[in-house]
Amino acid sequence: MKSFGFSIAKPRSLEIDGESLERLHRLEEKEPSFKRCFNCGGCTATCSAGQFTDFNIRRVHNLYRWGRYQELGEELRKCMLCGKCTLVCPRGVNLRHLIVSMRELLNEL
Amino acid sequence: MKDKKERPGERRTWSLLPKALRPRIEVQTQEERPVVAIIGAGPAGMEAAIQIARQSCQVLLFEANADLALNLQNKYKLFPDMSDAQTLAQGMMLALEHPLITVYRQTPIKHVVQVENFHWQVFTEDNRVFKATAVLLCTGYEVFDARRKEELGYGIYNGVITSLELENMFKQEHISTLTGDSPKRVVFLQCVGSRDEKVGNRYCSKVCCVTAVKQAIELKRMHPETEVYVFYMDLRMWGKGFEEMYRVAQEQYNIRFVRGRISEAAGTFDGGVQIKAEDTLIGKPLKMRTDLLVLMLGMEASCGTKQLAKSCGIVGDYGFAGSLDPHLNDNHTHRKGLFLAGTCKRPMSLTDVIADARSAAMEIINYLSKQ
Amino acid sequence: MFHPFVIPFCIGTVALFGIIGIKFTRWIKSLDRKQITIFRQHFLKGMFIPAIKEMLLEGLFHRKVTRFSRRLGFMHRSIALGWFLLIVVGFIEATVNLKGKLHAPWYAIFYRFFEHDQFTASSRVFADIMDALLIYVLIGIGLAVAKSLYAGIMGLRKTSKLKLFDAVLRYSLWLIFPLRLFSESLTACLYKNGGFLTQYLGDLFNPMFASVMELPAWTAYSIALGLFFALMPFSRYMHIFTELLLIFFRKYGVKESEQATGYTKMELSACSRCGICIENCPMDKVLGVDTIQPVYYLRDVRNRVAKRITADNCLMCNQCQSDCPVGIDISSLRKFGRNKQELDTHDNYQYLDKIHSFNAIGRVVYFGGCMSHLTPGIVESMKKIFDAVGQKYWMMDEYRSICCGRPLLQQGFINQAAELRRKNTRLIIESHSKTLVTSCPICYQSFKNEYHLPVRVMHHTEYIAMLMQLGKLKVKPSDLKVAYHDPCELGRGCGIYEEPRRVLRELVQLVPAEREGKDSMCCGYNLGNTCLSLESQMRLRDASWQNLTINHPDQVATACPMCKKAFQHASHNSVKDIAEIVAEHLIQ
Repeated sequence: MKSFGFSIAKPRSLEIDGESLERLHRLEEKEPSFKRCFNCGGCTATCSAGQFTDFNIRRVHNLYRWGRYQELGEELRKCMLCGKCTLVCPRGVNLRHLIVSMRELLNEL
Repeated sequence: MKDKKERPGERRTWSLLPKALRPRIEVQTQEERPVVAIIGAGPAGMEAAIQIARQSCQVLLFEANADLALNLQNKYKLFPDMSDAQTLAQGMMLALEHPLITVYRQTPIKHVVQVENFHWQVFTEDNRVFKATAVLLCTGYEVFDARRKEELGYGIYNGVITSLELENMFKQEHISTLTGDSPKRVVFLQCVGSRDEKVGNRYCSKVCCVTAVKQAIELKRMHPETEVYVFYMDLRMWGKGFEEMYRVAQEQYNIRFVRGRISEAAGTFDGGVQIKAEDTLIGKPLKMRTDLLVLMLGMEASCGTKQLAKSCGIVGDYGFAGSLDPHLNDNHTHRKGLFLAGTCKRPMSLTDVIADARSAAMEIINYLSKQ
Repeated sequence: MFHPFVIPFCIGTVALFGIIGIKFTRWIKSLDRKQITIFRQHFLKGMFIPAIKEMLLEGLFHRKVTRFSRRLGFMHRSIALGWFLLIVVGFIEATVNLKGKLHAPWYAIFYRFFEHDQFTASSRVFADIMDALLIYVLIGIGLAVAKSLYAGIMGLRKTSKLKLFDAVLRYSLWLIFPLRLFSESLTACLYKNGGFLTQYLGDLFNPMFASVMELPAWTAYSIALGLFFALMPFSRYMHIFTELLLIFFRKYGVKESEQATGYTKMELSACSRCGICIENCPMDKVLGVDTIQPVYYLRDVRNRVAKRITADNCLMCNQCQSDCPVGIDISSLRKFGRNKQELDTHDNYQYLDKIHSFNAIGRVVYFGGCMSHLTPGIVESMKKIFDAVGQKYWMMDEYRSICCGRPLLQQGFINQAAELRRKNTRLIIESHSKTLVTSCPICYQSFKNEYHLPVRVMHHTEYIAMLMQLGKLKVKPSDLKVAYHDPCELGRGCGIYEEPRRVLRELVQLVPAEREGKDSMCCGYNLGNTCLSLESQMRLRDASWQNLTINHPDQVATACPMCKKAFQHASHNSVKDIAEIVAEHLIQ
């Protein structure tokens, strides 16, 4: 396509009303502890992959919550599944299972 | 009912013992007053003792330690008015000098037993028995053992201290790192041992948020050039004047609040502490070197609370003692004549503890009047 | 010497050996190249006799089952050995009778039916021996029946649950020997050719009844045999022959590869479903999950009905593998069941390419492991120990760590794990060091078994034990009472039981736990299971803690950061890593 120098601006806000959250419900079913997260950021702070690259597991699953699946699958591939995040989580969220479950659900896209 | 059956058996056991080993029953018969046994002489126990004695009841106040109100005496200033903790403790102890109050120091209590309605027996560790009409548990809290969160480096790196240790430094009016320098940067971490399912404590300890703000302000007052950071998950400024203190901390003292939980601490070659957290508001991991990392320890049921709650069958959540309901019967237990006050029930601020002790005193007086 | 009633038996036998032949050929053909190479390498080393010896010991004598439980061993042995001897002695008996002439297989099997004329002294002895063997087998069958009714008789908590098809087969197996006894007794009644038992029973029968019932009884016996034989290759009883094949290949050094092969099929079929794996499984014992144990998992895989959760909901603590009398590599089989295929992508960790190694010639490479970042006490103590012996070291993951890859591998991400292994291997090789010490048993097992490193790999307990043996570490013992918790990955995973204990004995007073060594109970934090909730992990941990503190130690020692964290989260009692205990006892 030829570019005329114009483009449609990306929406600035999360438009939630039109989104289907079916995939979120399935994730919540697969890993119920996920609902308990209170976003303390402990997981991201300790993340082994996060020491080398800008992988932020808390951000990934928050985007997932709002149905923003673009590139999340790619992002999640950076995880080494070492389990440090699961071990530090004060809310007992089973992050390792959450990550594998998210990858499975995103893979269906 | 159960206790009634157990009684004769116990008596028989004693009679088999040599006389010297038999529990001595100390009868308080000088007057026909009801006797209230209060276990634990912290702010709750002392305040309740004073109030009950003022209503002409006899009070036996038991304290496991040699000193009264140890936790309170270890404090420097009290939030939210920055009044002096020692002054308050001294005042309360002065009021304890009441003819109807007998204080038993260094007298840990083994268990309390209900003999019949309106009749309790209090057994001390050294096998003495006291009779009482009502018993009030004020066995309090103890702070979380920070070594259980090894990733925070307490006990491993010298730069990691607890909120209690910092309070102690305030009392000495000397804040320094191990090398003796005054700290250039101090980081506070909230919720150590509270709101943490991994260590089995889901609850909020209620006082750490405002304590950190208080300590940060005190620190800034002593060392205005020190950078102070407070890492929090939520700041719960629930009491009178708390939110205002938070505002003052931000505006007047330039204390920086970061929303994120520190998940790892490591030592640096120069004796400092390297912390890892995420600034969750911008979504970036954060590394920071600090001279002191202060862990805001949560409250847990004290040993005495756990032990007595268990032996009386009134164990509530997390080893604290459980009251009948949190609204109208918060000082009552399902055992008649056994009452609760203060932090043996749940984490509370000092303000709440004193109010709760007074309410317990009131309930006990009501209970005794029905006798 | 033929009678039509032997036809079911003949059909069954032909079907049995035909199908076994086809299956075995298929399995052997689908071994992968690595396995065949190993087999060839070992072929010339004369492993034949040890292989045969082990086949006899396991296949007939059920040595490992006996080691687990004497009664259970007796049951299995009496059926297997008794039946085997019945066949062998029967064959000899028939051969002696025909003076060495060739004879059809059914002639020996149904010998009493065919031979009742010449009853000599020697055949009398044979008849008695055969009767004795039959009693031996019948006792075994009796115990099996009793076990199916009440597992406690065999010293088991639970016996495995059966599906219909297996139940049919089991009943036909149970029927074979009573039918044989019945048929032989009837023949003995008519022709007086029985041994001490069959003759005694035969004399109780009415000859009229015997003459009517003889042929139907022998026919029923033949049908039971034929049915059992024909269905056997499709049932769990296939283990009888497969186990022998498996032992043979195992003796020749064949192991599971990264992907499922013919060897995997052998292992699947070699499971006798004895149910020993349920016995000590913490998932069942503590959490009451009784659907995921190898006995059920392997059955479901064999029947192609395995659900993901059956493969996933396992701690990988290796307790079952250590108990398994057939020695099946259950963890590998489970890993195959967890294979993530389409999720298991390549080139995920390109961000690690920029990491540089460190020239560590003459130094020890110390790899704390990811989890040791959350247990700085272990790392600091190791540093103290290195310093105390003047050993220079390079801590490879001091500031940030690349995972060893085992956690991924356990969850079936084979490619991703391999990629991490490549990254770490490069760093280790480029360091030019000769020794790698790690504090994490997960990493240790990975470096030792999954990597192919040109360096010596040691767990820190091994390393400390070595330093002590060389007299390099100066320590002052104390009279602290310590119980030692064997981490799954270090103990059952790598067989390191003695080194940690040797170190501890030098320093403190070691008190035993209730179950330890290869029976140590998993702390619940094992990375092998991703679907456990925190609540379940805590219950496992509490059970393990109770097991450890039964003799009221002052301290609990372990050698794994995960176990340490698990116990630390639970209690105020002090839990220490061995490295920390050593560091505390060092003489400065």
